[in-house]
Amino acid sequence: MAVEARLWRELGLSDAEFERIVSTIGREPTPTELAMFSVEWSEHCGYPRSRPLLGLFPKEGKYASRVQGEDAGGIEVAPNLTVLFKMESHNHPSQVEPFQGAATGVGGIIRDIFTMGARPIAVLDPLRFGELDQPRARYLLKGVVSGISFYGNCLGVPTVGGELRFEDAYRGNCLVNVMALGVVESDKIATSKAIGVGNPVIIVGNSTGRDGIGGASILASHEFGEGEEKRPTVQIGDPFTEKCLIEACLEALKTGAIVGMKDMGAAGITCTTCEMSAAGGHGMDVELQKVPRREPGMEPWEMMMSESQERMLIVAQKGREDEVLGIFSKWGLNAVVFGVVTDDGMLRVRDNGQVVAELEAEALASPPTYDLPYEEPAYYREAQSADLSKLPMPGDMTAVLRDLLASPNVASAEWVYQQYDHMVQTNTVVAPGGDAAVLQLKGYRQGIAVTTDGNGRYCYLDPYLGAQLVLAEATRNLVCVGAEPAGVTDCLNFGNPEKPDRFWQFRRCVEGLADACRFFRLPVVSGNVSFYNETSDAAVYPTPVLGVVGVLDDVNKHCTSGFERVGDAILLLGETRDDLGGTEYLKRHHKAVTGRPPALDLQAEKNVQAACLEAIRAGLAASAHDCSDGGLAVALAECCIHGGIGADVSLPASESALRLDARLFGESPSRIVLSAAPGNVERIREIASTQGAPVQVLGTVGGDRLSLSAEGKSVAALGVAEMERIWRSAIKELVEQ
Amino acid sequence: MAAATKTKTRFGVVIFPGSNCDTDAWHAIHDRAGAPVDYIWHQETDVSGFDCVILPGGFSYGDYLRTGAVARFSPVMKAVAKFADRGRLVLGICNGFQILCEAGMVPGAMMRNAGQKFVCKYVHIRVETTDTPFTRAMKKGQVLRIPIAHGQGNYYCDGATLAELKRSDQIVFRYCTPDGEITAEANPNGALDNIAGICNPGRNVMGMMPHPERSSDPILGSADGRLVWESLIGGAR
Repeated sequence: MAVEARLWRELGLSDAEFERIVSTIGREPTPTELAMFSVEWSEHCGYPRSRPLLGLFPKEGKYASRVQGEDAGGIEVAPNLTVLFKMESHNHPSQVEPFQGAATGVGGIIRDIFTMGARPIAVLDPLRFGELDQPRARYLLKGVVSGISFYGNCLGVPTVGGELRFEDAYRGNCLVNVMALGVVESDKIATSKAIGVGNPVIIVGNSTGRDGIGGASILASHEFGEGEEKRPTVQIGDPFTEKCLIEACLEALKTGAIVGMKDMGAAGITCTTCEMSAAGGHGMDVELQKVPRREPGMEPWEMMMSESQERMLIVAQKGREDEVLGIFSKWGLNAVVFGVVTDDGMLRVRDNGQVVAELEAEALASPPTYDLPYEEPAYYREAQSADLSKLPMPGDMTAVLRDLLASPNVASAEWVYQQYDHMVQTNTVVAPGGDAAVLQLKGYRQGIAVTTDGNGRYCYLDPYLGAQLVLAEATRNLVCVGAEPAGVTDCLNFGNPEKPDRFWQFRRCVEGLADACRFFRLPVVSGNVSFYNETSDAAVYPTPVLGVVGVLDDVNKHCTSGFERVGDAILLLGETRDDLGGTEYLKRHHKAVTGRPPALDLQAEKNVQAACLEAIRAGLAASAHDCSDGGLAVALAECCIHGGIGADVSLPASESALRLDARLFGESPSRIVLSAAPGNVERIREIASTQGAPVQVLGTVGGDRLSLSAEGKSVAALGVAEMERIWRSAIKELVEQ
Repeated sequence: MAAATKTKTRFGVVIFPGSNCDTDAWHAIHDRAGAPVDYIWHQETDVSGFDCVILPGGFSYGDYLRTGAVARFSPVMKAVAKFADRGRLVLGICNGFQILCEAGMVPGAMMRNAGQKFVCKYVHIRVETTDTPFTRAMKKGQVLRIPIAHGQGNYYCDGATLAELKRSDQIVFRYCTPDGEITAEANPNGALDNIAGICNPGRNVMGMMPHPERSSDPILGSADGRLVWESLIGGAR
């Protein structure tokens, strides 16, 4: 029976891709095979459009990076102890159905971690929506946060961080990214290889239903059209089953009876059977009628494409399957042998014995790659040449500071993170709200720090520089809590790559990020690409979001951002310049998104970070806080709010030639606000000088107000209580309006 | 029975499918309080080998119905009820408190938080009585800084029950300000009379919403929860 063109087009395959499939297998595919190709060769699973560029990322750094080509990657943080981590997007499902979209995003990334034998220890959620004055943005935010809260809290994996950003560019396409981390003894990392002819192939966890059919190929690999009904392609999450699945899988791995394991995420049975076979250089013969089902009458192609959640594929040692099945039964979960590993490299799928698909696993798992055309967009030149020196100077800087503290991009995100259990597992040493989360590793002196960062505005205005600024800020955040940056994961959120200007943004971001990672000797251990984040109106800002993990030699020597003691000196590591392009101040006060993002000197950044880390490790700094959105004035305000103490600050005379608004609210990178006992100031100066980092004393901690002066004249002043009230309540007031 | 007066309290932490504070309780008791502790699987039918049974936090059996509504029917809960009837110690934390309510081992019920949202944060609670094995190492009126993390901690009981709880000194903890004042603002979930923890008439079963196991290690921000373990150690019969 000839396959109709309508069928492959509905599955999201182009005519050219169909031709390629025919030439690859030497015949027309069966409907089931066609469905399998459509998911496996989709951008979501196979990365055919992004893979050629992703090779630019460095894979090695100072800390040993573990695992290549698996569900997640990691770094060794202590002898024989690896932290595995990965970030993913669930943008499209969340835009369609925010609660389930976000919930199943958490479920999916957690499975990527425990499938490798690691105990999940933390989740972070970087979130981006349209502006909160839009009812739709508020609806999406509330739904997404409830979904994460529902799923993550039940699992008992703390949500320790994330981001919250609001820009009009995300109105039609919210970005819901989620990062998870896990720990595992390095010599016990599990693989996803199917090997050993005759070994049983087992499906465990939830039964298979019609939910999520085509999620990867249709939902995640195309733009949204107006008014399209895509809800049936969103999966439904069951965190209780996932919690039991975590415990059962980790217990089963301990028996040693498991050969390989893989999470059924996008593309379910297709993805796991073909990728495990290909990774192991073997084949599989599976019988679909043995798979537990939620409803009768499902066609083989539906079974192969279903994205029902909370399922895993396991290859066990022949003869020890009962040990494995017994553990799943103890946890009340399905576990059924439905196939065997074969030696011929073929993935053979049967329905009631009849072969419905017979494909070379390697061919299915090796989608073609495309070199897409790219072109610099017109807006880029315009933004680069924007002259910001003529901007009108605000008359009342105190009013600007007050307004910036109320910006939802600056204000406290506690309305969100108090809905997440961020303390379960009793490892959270620095909770959400700090520069980075710090986790202890019970039984080890070392701890880890983790943060996520993105800046769509910077990356829109200059993708190469923007991506580097994001890495600089993320690593600076880690250094501020006393951690040495060690490894990176990324979630690259972009528009339609088939449009040359969008692909140019992607290309430049990847190049910028790869160069900066190489400079800082940071491996990119895992990642995810999310394309087609656009509607007929517009694309999202190019938004690479980074998750960066750092290591604390001694978790007791962590640092926090709030001022601690009256009388402490306030120091600024780094230098302020006229950096107003792309800033929160420019957007909020001048209603403009333009200019060049702040210039970044990677060596200067490295020096400032080295000085800060050394000062913290030597126990000289009482607090450390990164300067980012809203500039120095906002950073100082946050130090006051977190510490519950005021500060008296004089802006450095050396910068008196700069615009006052840039001195207060400009976002020059490579700056850190430290506070320290007066007796430690000299030693901090020495450290900074040795590391080649500029340092200046700005003032003193004390009182109940933040007072800022320049050249002897007061330029802004605000009470700590008022700042705290504005900063804490802004998001709640906007969301619950 | 042979006297074993100096033996340390033996703790058992129940694991229901969906429990997620079981290991935290284990670590707090083992690492911080230095007492012997084991896990108890939900299908166990005998818990008599322990001195104190902990029903930990989490989402037992998913809690897709009412919190604790399924767990109360599990095999281990029959054994725990029998254990409590003999005067042995049972501490329900968070989901454990919800289960105790559902099982009728303490009076009252839990509703959704007044704000309709899950709340995870540090709160302050005031010690209302030290006349329990769970609080004897505390001082009456003492304020503890301790985290909560729940969506259904809005304790409720009828007026007669509340009067009885008060009359017989069964209210153990109440949400308060850092200075120990009982105010509406200090109440994170709408609980009746700011109730954060109560005990049964026999005073050997206590339920509390805040998490002492999360505040037993100073590096996590508070070690006030250790007073619960210190009260219990050496205090069991």
